[in-house]
Amino acid sequence: MNIVVCIKQVPNTNEVKIDPKTGTLIREGVPSIINPDDKAGLEAALRLKDSQGAHVTVLTMGPPQAETALREALAMGADEAVLVTDRAFGGADTWATAHTIAAAVEKLPYDLIITGRQAIDGDTAQVGPQIAENLNIPNISYAEEIKVEGEYVTVKRQFEDRYHILKAKMPCLITALSELNTPRYMTPGGIVDAYQKEIKKITRADLDVADGDIGLKGSPTRVVKTFTKSPKAAGTLVSNLNSQEAADYILEKLKEKFII
Amino acid sequence: MNIQDYKGIYVFIQQVDGKVAGVSHELLGKARELAQKMETKVTAVLLGYQVSGLCGDLASYGADKIVLVDNKDLEIYSTRPYAYAVCKVIEHFKPAVLLYGATAIGRDLAPRVAAKIRTGLTADCTKLDVADDGTKNLLMTRPAFGGNIMATIICPDYRPQMATVRPGVMQKIKPVEDASAPVDSFAVEIPESMKDVQILGVVKKESHKIDIQDAKILVSGGRGMGGPENFKMLEKCADVLGGTVSSSRAAVDAGWVDKDIQVGQTGKTVRPNLYLACGISGAIQHLAGMEDSDFIIAINKDETAPIFDAADYGIVGDATKIIPIFTEEVKKALADRKK
Amino acid sequence: MDFKLSAQQEMARTLFRDFAEKEVKPLAQEIDEEERFPTETLEKFRKYKFMGIPYSKEWGGAGCDTLTYEICLEELSKVCATTATMLSAHTSLGTWPILKYGTPEQKEKYVRKLCTGEYVGAFALTEPNAGTDSSAQQTKAVLDGDHYVLNGNKIFITNSGYADTYVIFAMTNKSLGNHGISAFIVEKNFPGFSVGKEEKKMGIRGSSTCELIFENCIVPKENLLGQEGKGFSIAMATLDNGRIGIAAQALGIAEGALDETIKYVKQRKQFGRPLAKFQNTQFEIADMVTKTKAAQLLMYRAAIAEDEKPRYSEEAAMAKLYCASTAMDVTTRCLQLHGGYGYTREYPIERMMRDAKITEIYEGTSEVQKMVISKYAFK
Repeated sequence: MNIVVCIKQVPNTNEVKIDPKTGTLIREGVPSIINPDDKAGLEAALRLKDSQGAHVTVLTMGPPQAETALREALAMGADEAVLVTDRAFGGADTWATAHTIAAAVEKLPYDLIITGRQAIDGDTAQVGPQIAENLNIPNISYAEEIKVEGEYVTVKRQFEDRYHILKAKMPCLITALSELNTPRYMTPGGIVDAYQKEIKKITRADLDVADGDIGLKGSPTRVVKTFTKSPKAAGTLVSNLNSQEAADYILEKLKEKFII
Repeated sequence: MNIQDYKGIYVFIQQVDGKVAGVSHELLGKARELAQKMETKVTAVLLGYQVSGLCGDLASYGADKIVLVDNKDLEIYSTRPYAYAVCKVIEHFKPAVLLYGATAIGRDLAPRVAAKIRTGLTADCTKLDVADDGTKNLLMTRPAFGGNIMATIICPDYRPQMATVRPGVMQKIKPVEDASAPVDSFAVEIPESMKDVQILGVVKKESHKIDIQDAKILVSGGRGMGGPENFKMLEKCADVLGGTVSSSRAAVDAGWVDKDIQVGQTGKTVRPNLYLACGISGAIQHLAGMEDSDFIIAINKDETAPIFDAADYGIVGDATKIIPIFTEEVKKALADRKK
Repeated sequence: MDFKLSAQQEMARTLFRDFAEKEVKPLAQEIDEEERFPTETLEKFRKYKFMGIPYSKEWGGAGCDTLTYEICLEELSKVCATTATMLSAHTSLGTWPILKYGTPEQKEKYVRKLCTGEYVGAFALTEPNAGTDSSAQQTKAVLDGDHYVLNGNKIFITNSGYADTYVIFAMTNKSLGNHGISAFIVEKNFPGFSVGKEEKKMGIRGSSTCELIFENCIVPKENLLGQEGKGFSIAMATLDNGRIGIAAQALGIAEGALDETIKYVKQRKQFGRPLAKFQNTQFEIADMVTKTKAAQLLMYRAAIAEDEKPRYSEEAAMAKLYCASTAMDVTTRCLQLHGGYGYTREYPIERMMRDAKITEIYEGTSEVQKMVISKYAFK
C-alpha cells in the first residue's frame, strides 16, 4: 500500500511573540516544526507501515528550508521524501497551494493521502479537502481513528458533539487531528539515515499546471492587511463590586474575548 | 466569469437532526447587515431531507428567501453530496457572497466547494465588512499564526466570495414572530459517483472528564474556596463553560481535591484559553504552572494577592459568592444564544 | 574552526531535548526521592534505540559521532543526572571496551545485545582499597584449566543490580604490578557472582550503585578481554572515553540549573521588583553563563578529539575537570539565588546541587584529572 503524507513546516506559534514597539511578529529565533496535525497524520501512516508494510512518502510544498521537516519525517521512519519547491509557487493561497500539491501528488503512486487538518500558522484547514477535490477523490476530515482493511479505510470522523463512522474505498484523502495519536520520536540512527537519503525535488517545470493557477497569480484570495491585536497590557483590577456586579463583569469580559 | 452577474448574500444553513445550528442564525443576522451595505438581499440555503418545516425559523432570523434542496441523499451530512448540491445552487443562483459556519461541517464542506468551482474561501472569520472603495468587496478578517495576528482578506476577481465564520462571534437578530419568506425548492440529483463514502454509524458523545492539560477552559480553586464542598460550585461553573476544574497546591495539601488536578511547580503546567482563578493567592510556584494561559481572570478577597499581577482582569471579592451567580449568568447567556 | 553543529547534530539535539523534557523530566524528582532506578526510561531508551548511539549500525548502534552521543548526555542531564548516569555507564563504560578490545566472538556475543539494549552493561574497577589508586587491585583471578576463578569484591558499581554484563578488572599476576591486571567480561549469572548491598548516596540517588562479590566465581577463559596483563591500560583507555560523558553530564547539570534559575529570578519579586532587576543577580548570571559556555566548548572539543585522533586524554581530562567544577559552582550559586525556596525539595535546584558533586569524583577524581593535565603540560 502506498501512502503519501503531506506536511508543512511551520513556526512554532506557541513561541511567537509580538514586538511591543512595532506591533509585528518576532519570527527570528522561533523554531520551525512539523505542523502538529501533520505529524499525527505521519504517525498514522507509520503505524500502517509497521502493521501492514505500507510504503510512506512524505511531501511538502515550501522553500528550501522545508527540507529539514522532511528529514525529520524520514528520521521518524518515512521511506521517501519529496520537496515541491519553486519561486513560481510563492504567494499562493489555499486554492493555488492545493492545486499545486495535487499536481505533484499525481506524479506519485498513492492509495491513501493523509494531511493534517490545519496548520498552526495559516489556521485555514482548507488545503486537505481542496487537494482531494483536485484529484477527484473522496476526503474524510477530522479523523480520530483510522483503520485499513484491504481496499477500504474506516474512519472515526469527529464532529462537535458526535462522531460518524465512515467507510471509503481507496484512493482517498484523510485529514488528521493531532488528537489522533501521540507521534513517535525520531531515533538517533534514523537521523543518520535521513541525512543519507536523497530528497526528490519537484519544480514548476515538472508539473502539468497553468501559470494562472499557481502562486500569487493563481490565488483567488488576497491579503489586504495584517495587524496585531493590542498587546497584553497590565491587568485591570476592580474592587467594590457586589457579587452580582462581579459576575456580570466577568461574563462581559468573556464575551469580549469570544470565549462565550 | 462576470462579477456583475453575481448578486445576493447567501448563507449555508447547517442543520443536524432537523435542528438549525446557532451559528446559522448568527450568520443570517450578519448577512442582513451586509446586505444593507451591499444593497441586496439575504438568502438561506437549506440542505436536508424533509426539512421544509425549518423555513419559518429561517425567515424569523432574517432570511428574505430560502433555497431548499430537499433530498434523501442529503439526510445526513456527507462531504461530496453536500458539496455537489451547493455547487449546483451556486451555478444556478450566482450569489455574490456565501457564508458558512466554521464548524466541523462548514470547514470541510466549504473548501471542497471552493476547489470545485474555483473561488476564494477565507477561514474562521471573526469580522465581516463591506469595502467602501466602490468595489463593495467583502472584507473578511480572521486570526492567523495561532491567533497572534489578524489578517483582512478579499476575493476581488472570483465569485462567490466565500467565508467560514467562527461561531459565537456574529450577532443574530431578535427573531421576528410569524415571519415568512418565499421558498424556492431547488431539485438536485446527486450522482452515484458522489456517494463514495458510506456512513456506517453515527455516535453521539457523552461528556467525560478532561485532563487539565488538555482543557481549553480551567476553573481553578485555591485556599480561598474555604473547603472541599465549595469545589462543587467550581465543577458546575466548569461544566457550563465547557471546561474542567483545576486547583492550587493548597487545596491538594488540604486534602480537598486530587493531586492530578494540581497546577503549579510540583503539579502540572497548563496553558488554556481561559484560566479562572478562584481564591488562589498566586504564589510563585502556582504562577509557574499557569502564567502562559491566554486569558486569566482572578477573584480573590485580598487586593495585594500576587495572582493579580498575572491576571488580565482581577476582581477583589469572595469567589464563593461570585461563582454561583456567575454560573447562572453564563447559563442564561448560552440559552439566549440557542434560541 | 567551525563552531556550528551540523544539521544532523542539531536535529539530534532537538530529539534529545524533546525526549528529556517529555519523558525524563516528569520522573526526575520522584526517582530521586524514592531512590528508584528508572526502569521505564530504560524501556524507552530501548524502544527509541538510544542504547548504542555512538556505535556503528553493523553492531546495532545508531552510527552517530561521539559529539552527538555526548549531546544526548548533556540534554538528559539538564533534567535528570541519574538518567544520564545510567546511559553513560552502559554506553561508555560497559560497551566501549568490549567493542574496542574484544575478539570477534566476544563482540558477536555481547556488543550487539548491548547496543540494542537487550543487555545493560556496567564496568567494575573500584574496590574498597583501590579508588584513585586503581592499580592496587585486590580481586584475584586465577587460571584453572578452561576457566578463571575470581575472588574479591568491587564497590560503587553503577548499574549493578540491573546489568547483564560487567567488564571486571582483577589481578592475574601480582608480581607485575600494573601489568599484572587483566580485564574480564562477567555475566550476571556466572556462578559465584553476586550483587551486594545498595549504597545510599548524596545525589544521583536513582542510580543503582552496589557492591559486587566474587566468591570463587567461575569465568570462562573465552571471557578474558584483551590479553592477560593488559587490563590496566584497557581500564585507563575506557575511562578516558567515559570521562567525556561525565563532562557532558556535569555540563548538562549546570545548564539545567541556569535554566531553572533564570526562570525563577524573572518571576520572584522582593522589594517591589523581580530579582532579575538587581545587579547582583545579573552579574552572577553573567558569570555563570560564561563559565558554562566555556565548559561546553571544552566538552565539545574533547568529543570531537575522540573521533579525530587516537589519543585525547588531555582534552578529556580538561573537559571533565572544568565541567565538574563548573557544575558544582553553578549549582551552589543558583541555589543561593533561589533563597529559602531553593533549599526545599519543591524546586529542583537542591537536587541538581547534590547531583553535581559526584562529577568531581567518579571516573577519575578532579585531582586525577589534574595529574593527567600536568603530565602533558610538563612534557
